[in-house]
Amino acid sequence: MSLSVPDLNLRIIAPVLIVAISALVVLLGELVTSSAQKRGLGYASLVGLLAAGGAAMGLWDAHAVAFREMVRADNFGVFLTLTILAGAVLCILLSFDFTRAHRIETGEYYALILFSVTGMLLMVTAADLIIIFLALELLSLPLYILAAFKREDERSLEAGLKYFLLGAFSSAFFLYGIALVYGATGTTNLARIAASAPSEMLLIGAGLLLVGFAFKVALVPFHWWTPDVYEGAPTTITAFMSVAVKAAAFGAFLRAFLVALPALAMDWRVVLAIIAVLTMTLGNVAALLQANIKRMLAYSSIAHAGYILIALVAMGGAGVSAALFYLLAYTLTNLGAFGAVIALGEGERERLNVSDYGGLARMQPLLAAMLTVFMLSLAGFPPFAGFVGKFLIFGAAVQNGWAWLAVVGVLNSLVSVYFYLRPVVAMYMSEPVEGWGAPRVAPLVALALVLALIGVIALGVFPAPAIALAAGGLGR
Amino acid sequence: MIPLPFYLLLAAALFCIGLFGALARRNAIAILMGIELMLNAVNINLIAFWRYIQPAAPTWDLAGQIFALFVITLAAAEAAIALALVIAIYRSRDTVNVEEVDLMKW
Amino acid sequence: MTNYLWLVPALPLAGTIINAIFSRKMPRWLVSIIGVGSVGLSFLVVLTQFIALLDSDEPHRVINVSLYTWIPVSDFKIDVAFLLDPLSAIMLLVVTGVGFLIHVYSVGYMAEDENYGRFFTYLNLFVFSMLILVLGNNYLLMYVGWELVGLCSYLLISFWFHKPAAAAAGKKAFVTTRVGDFGFGLGVLLIFATFGTLNFDQVFHAAPQMFAVGAPVMTIITLLLFAGAVGKSAQLPLYVWLPDAMEGPTPVSALIHAATMVTAGVYMVARSHELFALAPLSSEIVAWTGALTAIFAATIALVQMDLKRVLAYSTISQLGYMFVGVGVAAYGAGIFHLMTHAFFKALLFLAAGSVMHAMGGVIDMRRLGGLRGIMRWTYLTFFAAALAIAGVPLFSGFFSKDEILAAAFGSGHIVLWAIGLLTAGLTAFYVFRAFFLTFHGAPRWETEHATRPTGHASQDAQHAAVHPHESPAVMTVPLAILAVLAALGGFVGMPSVMGHNWIAEFFHPVFGAHEAHLPPLTEWLLMGASVAAGLVGIATAYWFYLARPEIPVRLAARWSGIYDLLWHKYWVDEIYSALLVEPGRRLAMWLWQSVDVGTVDGFANGLGRTVAGASRVLRGWQTGYARAYALMMLIGTVIVIGWLMLR
Repeated sequence: MSLSVPDLNLRIIAPVLIVAISALVVLLGELVTSSAQKRGLGYASLVGLLAAGGAAMGLWDAHAVAFREMVRADNFGVFLTLTILAGAVLCILLSFDFTRAHRIETGEYYALILFSVTGMLLMVTAADLIIIFLALELLSLPLYILAAFKREDERSLEAGLKYFLLGAFSSAFFLYGIALVYGATGTTNLARIAASAPSEMLLIGAGLLLVGFAFKVALVPFHWWTPDVYEGAPTTITAFMSVAVKAAAFGAFLRAFLVALPALAMDWRVVLAIIAVLTMTLGNVAALLQANIKRMLAYSSIAHAGYILIALVAMGGAGVSAALFYLLAYTLTNLGAFGAVIALGEGERERLNVSDYGGLARMQPLLAAMLTVFMLSLAGFPPFAGFVGKFLIFGAAVQNGWAWLAVVGVLNSLVSVYFYLRPVVAMYMSEPVEGWGAPRVAPLVALALVLALIGVIALGVFPAPAIALAAGGLGR
Repeated sequence: MIPLPFYLLLAAALFCIGLFGALARRNAIAILMGIELMLNAVNINLIAFWRYIQPAAPTWDLAGQIFALFVITLAAAEAAIALALVIAIYRSRDTVNVEEVDLMKW
Repeated sequence: MTNYLWLVPALPLAGTIINAIFSRKMPRWLVSIIGVGSVGLSFLVVLTQFIALLDSDEPHRVINVSLYTWIPVSDFKIDVAFLLDPLSAIMLLVVTGVGFLIHVYSVGYMAEDENYGRFFTYLNLFVFSMLILVLGNNYLLMYVGWELVGLCSYLLISFWFHKPAAAAAGKKAFVTTRVGDFGFGLGVLLIFATFGTLNFDQVFHAAPQMFAVGAPVMTIITLLLFAGAVGKSAQLPLYVWLPDAMEGPTPVSALIHAATMVTAGVYMVARSHELFALAPLSSEIVAWTGALTAIFAATIALVQMDLKRVLAYSTISQLGYMFVGVGVAAYGAGIFHLMTHAFFKALLFLAAGSVMHAMGGVIDMRRLGGLRGIMRWTYLTFFAAALAIAGVPLFSGFFSKDEILAAAFGSGHIVLWAIGLLTAGLTAFYVFRAFFLTFHGAPRWETEHATRPTGHASQDAQHAAVHPHESPAVMTVPLAILAVLAALGGFVGMPSVMGHNWIAEFFHPVFGAHEAHLPPLTEWLLMGASVAAGLVGIATAYWFYLARPEIPVRLAARWSGIYDLLWHKYWVDEIYSALLVEPGRRLAMWLWQSVDVGTVDGFANGLGRTVAGASRVLRGWQTGYARAYALMMLIGTVIVIGWLMLR
């Protein structure tokens, strides 16, 4: 009998560690800061995230595994790590003034975001179902709290409770799926699962894994929580959830299904294709008549999950890189859109109804133009990031013989233009509504918006470098 | 040795009981208990699988066992958060009935 | 020389950006200089490119200018690259040239508008989008321009959004053209799937090698592309948006109808001619759609009383001609007609706008008349345009229309030719009807004012303000330039029996040198027939509306069924509404109410937050949903597992 020391390669999980440590620092900092100093904790979080980003860049082309093949540093993971960190940075930039206005400016707020980011980063680098499950929970638990963070707001509490109950419920299925996969193959390592023979039990396990992932990325019919939670949660958290959770969960989803279960692809591809159609269609149709902008963006995020799922169905290098590019484009665009909503808030009041956006083009022409760009990008309008993303995904589907799925996607993105343009039409083509002053945009929010805008336009007009990075590939 | 399917059936039955509890009860705490039952049912699965995959005990591949321990820890963390949420809801709404927590709807 | 090609779209884009950001802080004259100047400079650049193209010999007249790699896709890349060849050069001249004149005219027309800067921002963006569409050397870039044009048309048509009709018209244009866009988008995807590339030269090179004439794939691709053209170029059955589009400011109508937007479809078909050549069935469908649209819209135009509406239906009809041209493989003729049409249709619209300007917004021909003496320039230029569209010999429309009809006849499509001939007669009639009703006869605006019953205070106020006057020089000079072009522009493409067809030769590098020559006698006879049709139309209009004005009234009474049918535009809008719009709305409502029950819907939206607070209490009594969600998720899980196990 021999004791082997596990291959502790801390460099590979350096981004995760840095974020985790900054989360702890911020949490401790909460104890020693006065209420006027909470802003500093936000800055500390930013520093931690940027440092993690630097560490992640150092892992580019590292192609290494560590901890008994439980985590893997490949360019796929690094790309998603950077995407998630970018989303988190923008979210924190948006949070400074939002948390103050909504009286939730505490160290825990930032610490919980950082803990959640820790889970996300772990999730996209995990090469083992155990780590994926733990990362999923580490990602989710802080979000349950954050969704309910505005404690005196009943809607926020309700969002937290619903998210928690349904999230825990879906976790149980996910866990059952992992147990069955483990039982069928005798391992939880993704690469070794792929090496073992397919069986009925593995198929059921795969189905339950699918349910777990589908819940996190909000695929029909596991999307029910999304509109309620997105509406109730504080807007900055909604923004964060809508992009970062999606990137992390899709990262693990892609990795699990493409690395561990390619042998069963014949079976799950059809299921996922049908789910993609349902998801896109329900998301877009339900958003059509939605007057509450947060709910509208919630349904829109469901629809976008459907588009990304097409890339998974398409499989292959083209599918993976399309999904990665789309996640990056979607992260910047959606944060921009939510950022504009946040920027337009007045104290604790927010412009939640589409009609609240009337006449803004005259009062805030630049902000209106930005929101227009974000909405057009979400709708897949050229020449913005969303258009290139959709083109890559539909192109990958067409190339891999899923043309009909691309057709449904094209039709859906045409439909989606209508509801995305509704706030735009309100801003440009109706009179200002009573009861709203001229909005003043805080400098940090403006910074976040400008960063997102630059990203959306750059990814739309000069997408080639990002596409090259996204094509870095998935390590097996 | 008791055959593996017996364990699996026990776990499946326990999972379904938990599932029923989670779906049928209105009290948030009771739903939480149902979910905990589901998680523990999976734990039985994990341990049973581990035992039958590694019959020549003891070995150093403890994935199933370790995972079960993680799940237990995690269930505790989930319970902590759930109770905090339920208390916060109870404070503001005077109820722990999830039927009555429905401000936001489709 | 082609190093400067990128400036062509870049200048209007710069104009857009500058005006979008600074127009509120800049004086109007600066906004005008930037808005008009950017397009003017762009036109000058186009001229230099055009001259360079003329100087080079034929094989060197197709130039690809790649700026940078846009989207790399597996083995190949899609560039942001421009294609300069005779086809795009002519389109560029039309877009920037006519566009420039319309910009100049707008300075006068929009002088009073409070959103002057916004207007020029959109207008420049529109020109930019159209230039991208025309210049792109691959289908994806063309699609970008295509979508942007649609967006701009929406913005511009509903520019006066406080007018409900304008807002509705913008929406209608957007919705309707998107039906076609869906086809175009699918066509592009299918091209990508078939050829693995979207670059024009690669696709056109590969297509004849991979497919025989009549291959089903080519037919499907071309039909999908044509679906896009039907939407953008307002052909049957998607034409319904164009007549309403005149709710926008008149320069916008001129821009949409003449220089940009609607010509996109014709251009795209002409650009894809290598594909259409492999799909005879699609070409046949293109030609027939064009012919039917031409006569359909022309009959509607016969009875309309709104001057701009007459012109709108005339545009649809003339676009039909162009599709007949490209459908019978006379691509050069189609584009030639596109060019002459841009001249005379822009002129007609701008002149109509001048009338509207003078009459304080009145556009109903029953309240015009007798403006000949008051608006000398407008009158003369409108007359030139009317002669051109009616196909009076030596005016531009004569040459281009004749070339299309000759091509239709020559390719054996006698029925298409006959429809075209009939349409030519109808065209001459409705244009001169509009001309006579607007400028000749007794003025009807004063008399109507005198006899109008009381009780229409606002209407009366508007009438009292009518003091017809000639428009300022900034508006009449563009009219005059366009009149010269409309009159003489046709001489670049004279039929072979009369002289040298320069433009057809210019197109050789693009369309090849295979135009069919009819025997001279046949050609003269065809020409005679179309001239005769035009003259009969003009004479009838004169007879009906100046000599014997009671005849049309009698006819309308005698044939009231037909008159009603035409007056209501064959009830197409109503039919669409009943068949498509209403069920669609119902479906959406149903989905909303069943999938989306009891949202923060009616209550929170309509009655405000107070009621929402009260309804909150009521909703508290309703059954909870978190468990319902869980149940749905369980059902979903069972279905997923069941599917995986059973198949």
